[in-house]
Amino acid sequence: MAPDVTTADPADDVKVPAPAGRGRSPFGRFLRWDVLVGVLLVLVFIGGSAGSPGFASIDNLSFALGDLGEIALIALAMTMLVVAAEVDLSVASVLGLSSALVGALWDAGWAIETIIPLVIVVGAVCGLVNGLLVTRLGLPSLAVTIGTLALYRGLAYVVLGDRAIAEFPQQYADLAVGDVPGTPIPYPVMLFVVLAAVTGVVLHATGFGRSLFAIGAQEEAALFAGIRVKRIKLILFVLSGTVAAFAGVVYTLRYGSARADNGVGLELAVIAAVLLGGVDFDGGKGTLGGVIAGVLLIGLLRNLLMLNDVSTEIQSIVTGLLLIISVITPRLVAAAGQRRRSPSPTSSSTPPES
Amino acid sequence: MSAVTAGRSTRGVVDLVFRARELSIVAALAVLVAVTAGVNGNFLSGQGMKDILLNASILVLLAVGQSVVVITRNIDLSVGSVVGLVAFTVGDFLAADHGRGIVFAVVLGVAVGALCGLVNGLLVSFGRVPALVVTLGTLYVIQGLDHFIAHGRQINAVDLPPALLSLGNGTVLGVPYLPVIAVVAMLAVGYYLRSYPSGRDFYAIGSSPEAAGLAGIPVRRRVMGAYLFSGALAGLAGVLWLSRFGTVVADAANGWELQVVSAVVVGGVAITGGVGTVYGAALGALLLTTITSALVVLKVNPFWQQAITGALLLLAISVDRLLALRVARVLRRRNARHGS
Repeated sequence: MAPDVTTADPADDVKVPAPAGRGRSPFGRFLRWDVLVGVLLVLVFIGGSAGSPGFASIDNLSFALGDLGEIALIALAMTMLVVAAEVDLSVASVLGLSSALVGALWDAGWAIETIIPLVIVVGAVCGLVNGLLVTRLGLPSLAVTIGTLALYRGLAYVVLGDRAIAEFPQQYADLAVGDVPGTPIPYPVMLFVVLAAVTGVVLHATGFGRSLFAIGAQEEAALFAGIRVKRIKLILFVLSGTVAAFAGVVYTLRYGSARADNGVGLELAVIAAVLLGGVDFDGGKGTLGGVIAGVLLIGLLRNLLMLNDVSTEIQSIVTGLLLIISVITPRLVAAAGQRRRSPSPTSSSTPPES
Repeated sequence: MSAVTAGRSTRGVVDLVFRARELSIVAALAVLVAVTAGVNGNFLSGQGMKDILLNASILVLLAVGQSVVVITRNIDLSVGSVVGLVAFTVGDFLAADHGRGIVFAVVLGVAVGALCGLVNGLLVSFGRVPALVVTLGTLYVIQGLDHFIAHGRQINAVDLPPALLSLGNGTVLGVPYLPVIAVVAMLAVGYYLRSYPSGRDFYAIGSSPEAAGLAGIPVRRRVMGAYLFSGALAGLAGVLWLSRFGTVVADAANGWELQVVSAVVVGGVAITGGVGTVYGAALGALLLTTITSALVVLKVNPFWQQAITGALLLLAISVDRLLALRVARVLRRRNARHGS
């Protein structure tokens, strides 16, 4: 009955599979977007060090990295989702819900050691709800997670209202802002490095990772190739919720303040970083290295602009422009390459997918 | 259910389910209004109804524009920032130059909005970039631009021409102007999409962009047109926002993009394109606004509002999906029987 199942799926919008790296000229290999982002990152770093005194100082970089913590953590799970051609817009709301829960439970006298695991389980359940709606009902993840974005944020307000709970004991705050002893590296950054290494291996060196790319490139083909598409997507959504809840704990302790509106709009920053890192929003393409470079580029650029007293408005404009440029440049390059190879004017009738 | 019970009436059932989207929203609205009015009689008072209509009009305008974009299997997340930018810049202009009238305000607002839509449309249709990413980018850029221009200032009602303010709060034959404008826009767009060949193109593109292109539909131009239109309506909505509230800060309509998308999706426009009507989208917007008002009247803890809105959106898309699956099953069974 497998064909019946698939006809009931929303897979009627089957995408044309992206030609993966095939037939690319040696020159094109160096023009890969994620490599360009890496180069840009190095340029920003060199330019920043030369132009702004204090930018390259250990203190500033440590602060800038710590400030990126939550975005970077969530971006790891988001990368896997987007590679599999799904998206989770509810992550910032899960972060807020988790922050509100930490505050409310702490206020009720619970121990942090009990609160943290509980909150992470709640995050996993949030992810599970997203995943079940997407996989069991076959709903588009964009629509589902716009709904849960409002739902989870609303629950955060239900839990904590507009109160702010501060007064967390110092030893817990140290976990979020303190440095690993003897190094200038904040704990969350250390954690990110470990998780990023794990994610990188899973995504690029295991069968699970390959199946994500397969699902993103052509879901039906992946299904017929024996990949358990629905189960894998469910796992990804649960992961995404779990990581977002954990990021909520880090966020709460780092700012020493639990609020229902913590991290509003953060989902856009995460998606911006993932796409800037060269992950194709249509799925099936991207590298974790590119995403990490994208996260760092956005973070360092914002830090640099801040050091130079450039207003947050301009920072937001720069983020937006970077995002647009990051999606349009690879396509322009690809289009230019295609035109060079096939000068026939009839190419307009075939859909030249990225 | 056996094949015997799924008898002659299947066609009627199927047709009804296809049309049920608007009907079910109307039914939900009716139940909501009846229950709320039963608990609190003030809900149906003239002032209460007027407030709902005024609040809904701006959302309806945005939802009409958004549904044209969503029907082509795209999305426009930048509408909230466009409303904010237009409300502020037009307000700023009118406050600085008292000689300018209401027509000028509307033209300026629509022009600014259309310009934003033009940028979105060019990037999406000619850059062939995913719409979600492009409009997320322009959301940031337009919002930043708005804050940059505003620079922490705010527009006050006393600085605005009285004619503009009376547009937002005045009535014609007892009906406020804003809902009239929204309904006219909805009817015009609904008629165009349904009755003009170029209007049908939007559905064809949403169902299958490749097939539409092969069938000779100017896909890029239509998508471009959808964004231009959505931007222009967002511009108009920005002017109406200014006229309704008078006092405007830079982040006026921050976050509205999700409300608009919610309204469209609740209204039965499929996010995967090709399906839905602007009437449904407008009803969705009216339903969302009415729920908000009803929660206030019923003295529901305001903290629950957002959660309820989200749950409702999930319920709407789930029910829609289950109905679609059931219809598909009924159709398949019927076809199988006819084939044998």
